[in-house]
Amino acid sequence: MSDSPKHKRQNRAIGATLILSIVGAAVFIATDIYNAGPQAEGASIAVSLGALAIALIAWSKQILPQTQLVSERPPLPAPHSGPDSASETFAEGEREVVSRRGLTGLLAAAVGTLGVAAIFPVRSLGPMIDSLFHTRWSPGARVVDGDGVPVHRGSLGVKSMMTVFPEGYTDSQDSQTLLIRTPPGTVPLPPDRANWAPDGYIAFSKVCTHAGCPVALFRATDLLLMCPCHQSIFDVLQLAARISGPAARPLPQLPLEIDADGFLHAQSDYHEAIGPSFWERPG
Amino acid sequence: MIARLITWLDERLPTEGVIKKELLRHVFPDHWSFMLGEIALYCFIALVVTGTWLGFFFHPSNMEYVYHGPYQPLQGVKVSQAYASLLNLSLSVPLGLLMRQTHHWACLVFLAAIICHMMRIFFTGAFRRPREINWIIGTTLLVLAMLEGYLGYSMGDDLLSGVGLRIGDSVALAIPVVGAYLSYLIFGGEFPTPWVADRLFFLHVFLFPAVIAGLIGFHLLNVLIQKHTQFPGKGKTEDNVVGSPMWPNYALKSLALGVATFAVLFALGGLTQINPIWQYGPYHPQDNLSPDQPDWYLGWLIGALRLAWPYDLHVLNHTIPEPFWPAVFMPAALFGFVYLWPWIEKILTGDDRRHELLDYPREAPLRVGVGVTVLTFVILLELAGSDDIQSNLMHISVEKLVEIYQWAAFLVPPVAGFIGFKIASELRARAHIGDEVKPARVVLVRNAAGGYDEEAARSV
Repeated sequence: MSDSPKHKRQNRAIGATLILSIVGAAVFIATDIYNAGPQAEGASIAVSLGALAIALIAWSKQILPQTQLVSERPPLPAPHSGPDSASETFAEGEREVVSRRGLTGLLAAAVGTLGVAAIFPVRSLGPMIDSLFHTRWSPGARVVDGDGVPVHRGSLGVKSMMTVFPEGYTDSQDSQTLLIRTPPGTVPLPPDRANWAPDGYIAFSKVCTHAGCPVALFRATDLLLMCPCHQSIFDVLQLAARISGPAARPLPQLPLEIDADGFLHAQSDYHEAIGPSFWERPG
Repeated sequence: MIARLITWLDERLPTEGVIKKELLRHVFPDHWSFMLGEIALYCFIALVVTGTWLGFFFHPSNMEYVYHGPYQPLQGVKVSQAYASLLNLSLSVPLGLLMRQTHHWACLVFLAAIICHMMRIFFTGAFRRPREINWIIGTTLLVLAMLEGYLGYSMGDDLLSGVGLRIGDSVALAIPVVGAYLSYLIFGGEFPTPWVADRLFFLHVFLFPAVIAGLIGFHLLNVLIQKHTQFPGKGKTEDNVVGSPMWPNYALKSLALGVATFAVLFALGGLTQINPIWQYGPYHPQDNLSPDQPDWYLGWLIGALRLAWPYDLHVLNHTIPEPFWPAVFMPAALFGFVYLWPWIEKILTGDDRRHELLDYPREAPLRVGVGVTVLTFVILLELAGSDDIQSNLMHISVEKLVEIYQWAAFLVPPVAGFIGFKIASELRARAHIGDEVKPARVVLVRNAAGGYDEEAARSV
């Protein structure tokens, strides 16, 4: 029977595929030994596996008899094994447990109160949430760049931008700040911020008020800031108000001052919580 | 060998009947669409195998480290040990890049296979009684797989992963009342903390895979016990299942599918670059990428975040942050709807009977309409998630594209759903044309006298 021409043909085809699989695996071993790179490694192992898959499919379709079986499905619900069903057995036990009504209520109350008590350890996280309202900026903190070099009045050309930090905290995520040198007199500062932007140096939090991404894109021509994550656009000349995108608030402004030697300092921390909104943040 | 093992086992545990009847002679109906879930299963196996290998090389630590290695552009740059170990794995360890990219691709295909499998289950009504349990487990697996993938690509501490985590943290913060607590609970303080790498590692390589593996086991056990559904056809009833036996026909076919899945994953892993972390650079909180693109299965959430309207709500001196609506409420409502769909459909159709025979999708136009509406909505969000790339390609401003997608996300899904409903109704009507009016076939038999008689009661 195995000599019939059809069988011979099948044997040849499946055999050739399996040999291809063996060759693919051998090439994979060679690529690994000679460090041939991911392309050769991936291609050879894929050829080996692919050929094996084809051989297996052919095997199941051509060599195995195509049996069709019928099997009965189990009845639902399962036939009862004894006089009572599982649900009846449970209900009976339940009746025995809750036979003392007053006590049952008290038991429920005890478990419930314990449940409420169990939530309270989470509160120990509470006081730390205060840190969401503060950054590392403090009154008089010197403004430095990412490498810790102090920023001087001459550091930035007009209409250019750099990322700055409070001195000593160049790795502080929530203190990252955009320092932009605007042409003097172009930003209409409200009276309570009148002295926040000396010499046209104006600073805004770099943490997006939408979802916390760094507002990393700056277009010098019209002084626009854009967050690449969700595309909120803020206008420096309107005190970083949102002009497009999903952010709900302007970028908070950091009050700056320049000392007698021309170095930049913060007057204080931000006057509001920076970054994305959260429940405890007052409107 | 295995045959002798079965005998050996039966002499110690009374398993013979179970192995023969429930495993070897288990009947599996044949249809290509029944294999989609298996592709997901084989992707999971590929993920466990490649992931185990990767685990030997990954060092989950935020400790700072000055990079000195073969990749010149990062020479002398301060990076975390997690990122450095991934660079080393990708660029120096033999087979490292192949394994890492195959792992990543396996995740992308895993999610795609789960979603295709789920669409098959939905549109054929396989979720109906008695399979609601597996619908719940399957939906949970989809959610867990999405989170597991997010944890995975967040572990590398490259720039994309760090920015993605920052967004995740902001979304956690956006949950009313408990958001800040939740964020601190996840990261152990205000993001980013020095514990991020350790926590992600534990979640990604231990907790999530264990839960996913357990649920997959339960999912498959249910299939074995309940037996697979089948399309209506000759000899197929609500009380039986007709198909190939598990051993040897179906086992060989399934093994072939598994090997083919691995072949595709390794081909993708070797030939198609994915997540080139050395190009993204290390995560520094003040840096960002543009365009910013997450893995594809999270694109719909990024899209929703991009489209949402820019308003914080203020309640009694507290804030309901804007990201709550697109990134928490919308996905929760969507998945809530998916979880509840079997019961919603029961209410709509009044049909709570046991269904072992599947519907062809056209048989349930209402279901088609609902499914198409939901899918169109999610696909539009997914497209909106890559609007920055489309903006570059089509030279339309991002603002304009966002506005178009905002309108489209509300207007297009109901229209698409209605069209789906109409097409299904039409196909159903056509499929049943002539069901009743088909003239009975008459068989004429020549009689002894040379004339013709109608043959009585012959089944066709």
